[in-house]
Amino acid sequence: MSDTPHIDIEKVANLARIALTEEEKATFSSQLDSILGYIDKLNELDTSNVEPTAHPHSVENVWRDDQAESELPTSEALKNAPKERQNMVVVPKVVE
Amino acid sequence: MEYEAVIGLEVHVQIKTESKLFSGSRAGYGYEPNELVDPVVMGLPGSLPVMNKAALDGIIKAGLALNCIIPDQCKWDRKNYFYPDSPNNYQITQYDQPICDGGYVEIELEGETRAVMGEHKKIKLTRIHLENDVGKLNHFAEDSLVDYNRAFTPLMEIVSEPEMHSGAEAFAFLTAIRQTMIYCGVSDCDMEKGQMRADANISVRPVGQKELGAKIELKNLNSITGVKNGIEYEIKRQTQELKKGRAITQATWRWDADQGRTELMREKEDAHDYRYFPDPDLMPVLIDDEWRNRIRAELPELPFDKQRRFVEEYGLPYTITSVLVPDQELSAFFESAAKESPKQAQAIGNYVTNDLLRELSEQEVALDDCQITPEHLLSLVNSVEKGVITKQIAKDVFIEMFNTGELADAVIERKGLKPDFDEDQVKVWCQEAIDENPRPVEDFKSGNEKALNALLGQVMKKSRGKANPQTVNPLLRSMIS
Repeated sequence: MSDTPHIDIEKVANLARIALTEEEKATFSSQLDSILGYIDKLNELDTSNVEPTAHPHSVENVWRDDQAESELPTSEALKNAPKERQNMVVVPKVVE
Repeated sequence: MEYEAVIGLEVHVQIKTESKLFSGSRAGYGYEPNELVDPVVMGLPGSLPVMNKAALDGIIKAGLALNCIIPDQCKWDRKNYFYPDSPNNYQITQYDQPICDGGYVEIELEGETRAVMGEHKKIKLTRIHLENDVGKLNHFAEDSLVDYNRAFTPLMEIVSEPEMHSGAEAFAFLTAIRQTMIYCGVSDCDMEKGQMRADANISVRPVGQKELGAKIELKNLNSITGVKNGIEYEIKRQTQELKKGRAITQATWRWDADQGRTELMREKEDAHDYRYFPDPDLMPVLIDDEWRNRIRAELPELPFDKQRRFVEEYGLPYTITSVLVPDQELSAFFESAAKESPKQAQAIGNYVTNDLLRELSEQEVALDDCQITPEHLLSLVNSVEKGVITKQIAKDVFIEMFNTGELADAVIERKGLKPDFDEDQVKVWCQEAIDENPRPVEDFKSGNEKALNALLGQVMKKSRGKANPQTVNPLLRSMIS
């Protein structure tokens, strides 16, 4: 196990659907750990008087009117699909 | 031991817009697969989402109609998961700052009979948030095919508090939401087209116990009836398990409408870890009073309010209002006639809910396309009111109006339905009826009220249906005694 105080690298890799070698696990977990360590440092700041923000820019209400624009041709849209049939993307059978 | 069920619903409703929630491709149903897609919908690198203002207006309208608070600010978060219905591997949704907070839905339970109003209740809402819909999977024997036409259609998630207790309540809840959304023009809520979808969280506990029982999430409730039946089945199943002393394990089950039973989909794996975080591609939304008030001013009179007003203002019986009110257009049609002649509102309501609906359905015509206007209804009720024609003949006149578009007066004139005799003639017929039918006369004299109907029938026959029973009846009475 390459657990560190901050991160369970196997869990994170699994959530991201990434297969890691033992070597990569060690590298990434130390890198991620230092990033999260930095967050710890930020946590030391007293932010009780600071408004929470969801975005670094002070821009709000950016939108467009509800107007339809031209679409991507189906053939273009499916170009990246590993496999297609009946103009749909073929994926392994999913049971839900 | 007695058990009770506790039910919470999550209702997804598509907002009716021209284009998608975060991009310009059309939003619609019934297109060729993957025809309504663009780089944002397909999650192509470099594409950026931009909010659709109409979707925001739509959810604010829905929220105000369902008595929610619309906070000053909401924001967008990414819900991360891998599933082929989403090429982005995340859904844009609202985690901790939904656009609508709290609220409640007024519901009506079924009355004892169709003529009686059922109990009304308020079911609290937790929140309503906006998110992008996802693609649709079509399952085949060997693989699944994905169509992304539906992806990124604006989708509201209406979350109730766990405070319903039966399938009937859930049914009433969905019906109320559906009618409210249709009234507001926010969605058509056609479940067959996936415009409204519901999942239920159901648990059962001994009556009196405070803690909730283990929760079963029930999926695949594809119709409002499916919701009712699925939930009722699931409550019965859980109750039986508990009575047998077995524990319920938290899991996801699905409703199989064909088999009429629920089946296990999956036991609860590790709790999902969606790693929500604020979407850096989208700016927060700030909502001020001006915006809220503009939308509030657009709200229509809501269904239950209209129903109460119809009863109060026009003295309509519940049965008529319960047919009129679910149909906004029909209600407006009724009212444009009724407000011209409020005293005859009930008669107008009867023609609309009986005769008009029957002809529309028999002749497969939409209200918009039929020739009957409020003016036609008024001409008909006035002819009856003035005693020109009987109620019985009015039924035929209605059909004639429906078929030709003529007003009642014209139909009556053309078909010669107006009485072509005076009151003296009616008296003559009454006397004849009395003379020719000694038995009923005797019966009536000895107290059999119903015997009068035989005589009345004779007079109607003699007048070829044109005499007015309301004048004939007292005439006969006075002539016999």
